[in-house]
Amino acid sequence: MFNKILVANRGEIALRVIRACRESGIKCVAVYSEADEASLHLKLADEQICIGPAISSKSYLNIESIINAAGQTGAEAIHPGYGYLAEKEEFAQACADNNIVFIGPTPENLKLAGDKITAKKIMEEAGVPVIPSSPGGVISLDEAVGLCAEVGYPVMVKASGGGGGRGIRICKDENVLREDFPIAKAEAAAAFGNDELYIEKFVQEPRHIEFQILADRFGNVAHLGERECTIQRRYQKLIEESPSPRLTPELRTAMGDAAIRAGNAVNYFNAGTVEFLLDKNDNFYFMEVNARIQVEHPITELTTGVDLVKEQIRLAADGKLDFSFEDLPKRGWAIECRINAEDPDRNFLPSPGVVEKYQPPGGYGVRLDTHLYQGYELPIFYDSLIAKLVSFDLTRDGAISIMRRALDEFIISPLKTTIPLYRKIMDDSSFQKGDFHTGYINKFVPDEDEDED
Amino acid sequence: MANGKKVEVRAPMSGVFYRRPAPDQPPYVEVGDTVNKKQVLALLETMKVFQKVKCPVNGKILEIVPQSETPLKDDDLMFIIEVG
Repeated sequence: MFNKILVANRGEIALRVIRACRESGIKCVAVYSEADEASLHLKLADEQICIGPAISSKSYLNIESIINAAGQTGAEAIHPGYGYLAEKEEFAQACADNNIVFIGPTPENLKLAGDKITAKKIMEEAGVPVIPSSPGGVISLDEAVGLCAEVGYPVMVKASGGGGGRGIRICKDENVLREDFPIAKAEAAAAFGNDELYIEKFVQEPRHIEFQILADRFGNVAHLGERECTIQRRYQKLIEESPSPRLTPELRTAMGDAAIRAGNAVNYFNAGTVEFLLDKNDNFYFMEVNARIQVEHPITELTTGVDLVKEQIRLAADGKLDFSFEDLPKRGWAIECRINAEDPDRNFLPSPGVVEKYQPPGGYGVRLDTHLYQGYELPIFYDSLIAKLVSFDLTRDGAISIMRRALDEFIISPLKTTIPLYRKIMDDSSFQKGDFHTGYINKFVPDEDEDED
Repeated sequence: MANGKKVEVRAPMSGVFYRRPAPDQPPYVEVGDTVNKKQVLALLETMKVFQKVKCPVNGKILEIVPQSETPLKDDDLMFIIEVG
């Protein structure tokens, strides 16, 4: 086991890793930027080292500076948290080159996770379902009609050269495809200078279900059940829960097996998440592998009894994975609300400033992962995630009641936060019934386009 | 239409001021440029969210106050524009 670990992150995840180290008797080094001198993670670590100016590119993303900090403090391993350098192949490689253990996947895993087209191909070969699509660009309408008959309607037609959701058309049948294909082609040519189109099966009102996996250096891969992450805004997750109210035991087994196959197919190492889209007819499709510990990991910890961060450390120190999902003492239901310093009434505009009043919730069934304290000034330079509030009970209804009560107790002022939005969602009957899809949040907040002034 | 009236553009909230859309691209505007109402003058990044700083009037850039990539406080002066 390691004697000293450097935590290459800030905020709540730095605290999470530092706490795991302290519980394990491992010394830990906190790194910080000049804007983070008053951050809580510095107070809980054994050593603190400044790695650069406020702007992340010069501090938390500065590979050389972090590697030097590990060298100076004699840290044997680096935990990258999530975000920042967590999925940078170059950073994992730099650790290896300097004889520092990177607590995370291998550089090869990170490279593949970032290459979605190759990853999809490997998954398909390994028998993991992927979204049916055209093998490459589609030029002619006849070709498109033939392909769509195979893939099945509705289909999504998009510009091969496009991005950011532009130039996408949904065609519900062949008639619409015949009408829209030439228009999409013209639009693609005008917008991207390339009229090649790409066709993919359109998954209607999908749910976003992901599976936690762990893998050791000896080829053992286990999954730790699913997380329901359907409630999102602009691809940012807001509320997660485990288990998913949507999965039957059979579907859980099928998706869990697919997640393990996915891990095996890429020789995955350490903690990771396999993301799937699930349609109304129980078809699920591989989306991507998130090669890191995830923000929403606590809900898996509460329902499986596995401390994922300690597992990451143990596996990085050549520990062996000696359990499967069936062996875990699974119980209860956990829900996480990501509390952001954003104003849900003003298009989620960020809300930095000083936390003048801070009153955290507590009591039975409440876990709070946060770096806030009264008097803390939220820097403008970093993410708006300020707290992860997690409730746990034996039933989903129980977990909702605890979350509702905890949100009522939680005071963070004068900053604007997403607490009032979550409070409304907890009272919503669709949420309570577990009946939602990825467009659910539009029921509460308009999906405004910032460009429409 | 030039009447010499000056308009100040101030930061709507604290954030990091960027004059370019990306490090390898030219600045949105330079001093002396003629600008139109709603034209993007700069970006302001607050907690990883980028807001477009838009020009409130038709006119000409007289002054660009902050250096690019510097943090601004709420209401700091960013641009002075001559209305015209």
